[in-house]
Amino acid sequence: MVTARIHDSELGELQRRLVVLRVGLLLVVALLGLRLWHLQIREGPYYRDLSENNRTRSVILEPARGLIYDRNGILLANNVPSFSLYVALEDVKDREALIGQLSQLIGIDPELVRKKLSIRAAKQLPRKIKDRLTLKEATLIESHRLDLPGVMIQVESQRNYLGGLVASHVLGYVGEVSAEQLDKPEFAELHQGSIVGQYGVEKFFDQIVRGMAGQKSVEVDALGHEKRTVVVDQPHAGDDLYLTIDARLQKVAEDLLGQESGAIVALDPTKGDILAMASRPAFNPNVLSRELTAKQWVEIVQDEGRPLNNRASQGQYPPGSTFKVMMAAAAIESKTMTPSSTVFCNGGYQFGRRVYHDWKASGHGYVDLRKALIHSCDVYFYTIGQRMGIDTMASYAHQFGLGEETGVELPSERIGTVPSTEWKQRVKHEPWLPGETISAAIGQGYVTVTPLQMASLIGTVANDGVTYRPRLVQAIMDRTTGQRQELPAVPKAKLAVKPDTLKLIREALAGVVTEGTGGRAKSPIVTIAGKTGTAQTAALRTGPEKDIPKKFRDHAWFVAFAPVENPTIAVAVLAEHMGHGGSAAAPLAKELIETYIKLGVKSADALPMPAAKAGAL
Amino acid sequence: MIDRMMDRRGFDNFDLRFLGLIFALLGIGVLSIYSVTHDQGGPGLPFFAKQMLWILLGAVAFLIMLVWDYHRIARLAYPAYVIILILLAVVLFEGKTSRGAQRWIPIGPFAFQPSEFAKLVLILVMAHYYSKAPRVGWLQRVVIPGLLMLPGLLLILKQPDLGSGLSFMAVYAAMLLMVGMRSQALGVILLFSLMLFPFAWEVMWGSLHDYQRQRIMAFVDPNYDPGGKGYHALQSRIAIGAGELTGKGLYGGTQSQLKFLPEGHTDFVFSVFAEEWGFVGVLVLLLLFVALIWLSLEIATRAKDELGALLAVGIISMLCFCVVVNIGMTAGMFPIVGIPLPLMSYGGSATIMTMASLGLLLNVKRRRLSLFY
Repeated sequence: MVTARIHDSELGELQRRLVVLRVGLLLVVALLGLRLWHLQIREGPYYRDLSENNRTRSVILEPARGLIYDRNGILLANNVPSFSLYVALEDVKDREALIGQLSQLIGIDPELVRKKLSIRAAKQLPRKIKDRLTLKEATLIESHRLDLPGVMIQVESQRNYLGGLVASHVLGYVGEVSAEQLDKPEFAELHQGSIVGQYGVEKFFDQIVRGMAGQKSVEVDALGHEKRTVVVDQPHAGDDLYLTIDARLQKVAEDLLGQESGAIVALDPTKGDILAMASRPAFNPNVLSRELTAKQWVEIVQDEGRPLNNRASQGQYPPGSTFKVMMAAAAIESKTMTPSSTVFCNGGYQFGRRVYHDWKASGHGYVDLRKALIHSCDVYFYTIGQRMGIDTMASYAHQFGLGEETGVELPSERIGTVPSTEWKQRVKHEPWLPGETISAAIGQGYVTVTPLQMASLIGTVANDGVTYRPRLVQAIMDRTTGQRQELPAVPKAKLAVKPDTLKLIREALAGVVTEGTGGRAKSPIVTIAGKTGTAQTAALRTGPEKDIPKKFRDHAWFVAFAPVENPTIAVAVLAEHMGHGGSAAAPLAKELIETYIKLGVKSADALPMPAAKAGAL
Repeated sequence: MIDRMMDRRGFDNFDLRFLGLIFALLGIGVLSIYSVTHDQGGPGLPFFAKQMLWILLGAVAFLIMLVWDYHRIARLAYPAYVIILILLAVVLFEGKTSRGAQRWIPIGPFAFQPSEFAKLVLILVMAHYYSKAPRVGWLQRVVIPGLLMLPGLLLILKQPDLGSGLSFMAVYAAMLLMVGMRSQALGVILLFSLMLFPFAWEVMWGSLHDYQRQRIMAFVDPNYDPGGKGYHALQSRIAIGAGELTGKGLYGGTQSQLKFLPEGHTDFVFSVFAEEWGFVGVLVLLLLFVALIWLSLEIATRAKDELGALLAVGIISMLCFCVVVNIGMTAGMFPIVGIPLPLMSYGGSATIMTMASLGLLLNVKRRRLSLFY
């Protein structure tokens, strides 16, 4: 009993102390409750948001770009399946380790990966790290997938240019949308890794060809493995383009230039359809559409031949004597001359203390307008230029589309220079010198033009003064409706020149080929009219042409149309540093026109479109 | 001769409430386990079915601990302790490794976790010691019980099983507080500091840099969070927070269903429940736990002898500790240590042990009316 009592008192003490436990329990549970209230009620929406983002990953489904055909339905650009490497940032545990692994596996530059991963973009979208993986690279990554959380291989369609270098400047190339582009409104619907046209038609018509990206929401588990697809928003392929280019003619034009630098433009003056637009040197769009390293890019940009320059629409050259076509029309229309009035050419034109030489030192004797064009008499044009003045000259030049955009569907078209007193004051901040008018009169001095402008100019002359906007796309195939929408030819301007004047000029230009400086363009199968031009590139030249270093030699021009009676093709040929237009450029134009005539039988307007079947790609 | 007889009456109202609370919690546990694992394939029985098997075995253990007089059970404390120590040693050499820790002894297709049972045995040992030994001076009150606990603690920490080790120390501390300490003041201070621990922890832990925390955690328990990035803790916080007021509904918890939340059926079953049932569900669950412990405290208060009270105190403190620390760690108040939520987390050893403890508790209650001297 005694022990029991002692124990009883101990027990009593213990049981009194239990109160402490009760209070403690309530306090701690209250704390837990507070904490949970904080988590679930106060911060609940935030965590709810986090958990939603945890659950789904968005995967962009890149659309296939529209196909590009030539005017006869020959496929120029299509898409081929290829592997792209994506990284979902949320699933990456250790970024640096991943970068190391990737560069080890597929030899990708760690800096590049780091850059790509740090691009700011919608946070739940995976970043595209590399496209056009080889099968081996894709296999390597797939086999290491478990060690590479967040890494995904997607099959996507990649642009493929079937002709290689053919028509590269027209087609352009594609590339990943850049950070600067993403800031612009027209790229608003795009995201990092989107492929957009970066050059040529691909760029100009990007919104049509691009298509619309789809999106797939997938539920993933913590390791980034797909559990199920929640929503699929299928991508829509871009619309197909039918160019006005004739691939065969294009190929011939490019081969004619060969290794030389220069440009050839051939268009149908009655519609403005550009049949061929060649620029050399060229680039390989398949290479440029790939991700280039900085070094590769520098090599291309710093290439002395400037292959990325589309000489047809961006190359600005003095037109030389081809300018005289416009000058002739201006002379008559401005009443500076009548067609029959003559100028005596003794081989030089005295102005002030300076003598402006004719290309023919012995002179051409008495020349009228027709003879002046046929023999390209400089003195005649010095004279009329001096008489009409630079501003009259400029206004006619603008009427003929010089110093103006042709409106061709290519990015960054250049407009050349048509000088005037106002121009010189504005640009050079100097007054116009009278002597400069004389140089300008024969397409030298400040005057520059693009080959495309010259093709359009000669086409306008051929087409009775009506200028059609040069165009590269004649039809668009809407992928969703399957409808082929023909684009109408757009008449751009009508020369305020009497038809008789143009007729006279056309006859004179025909004479250039039959009896004048363009004799090398004479063809047995078609009548060709044209004008030679030799654009001086260096002011001081001595000695025979062949002794001059090539880069100082003259540019050779030839602008032509055919057939003379009913012109359907207008051509401008510019061969850089090839010397005289008559010898270097005229034969190329002849060759091209002959090819066109030979092919022409087959290239009727309404062709069946066999390629329409390929629309399902 | 002093003998004690079993209360011959059937379960009274108190008992039924006690049992009802236990099975409510068990049921919630099974539901949550089912929710998080129902789409998991794999060999053998699904987790929820196995858990039900454990509950069945636990019910048997509950009955055994209820039917035997707790005085007799307490007499087995030392032999049981020796056996557990041997088993803990065996685990170190022969044990099954999981998550880098050796905690399990394979028995057929199942794994037996001695450290869970060690907790109950420790309670028996402590209660037995304090009820029998004369308690004079610090040596007998504090040091000897401490030395008794030490071998078990060391073996458990060696596995390493920080969670069980902490529970071990908690049981020891609670016993010390209740009977070992003479001065109530000291006890109160200790208790208050315990209660303030979460705040202190927040302040201390929160002021550390991530890498410092990682170092500390790597030191304390290198195997729990191998990523070392607080991934588990974050995912658990997200799961709980995402539950908001009413939860995402059964099977609606994306955190757990999609495996962002690791160990959703074991240590983080509370997070699963919180995500699916929200703050409302969480409050109900907390109330159930509080009610269960309240009833247990009732048992301790009315225990007719010291052994009974001590056993009750030990079991209560173990339960409290596990519940609070488990919920606290899932809610990001404590660092993550592997402590399962009693009655809810999946696990054979823990379920059986907890139910056996509760059986012992009821044993104490049912014998309080029939003491003979």
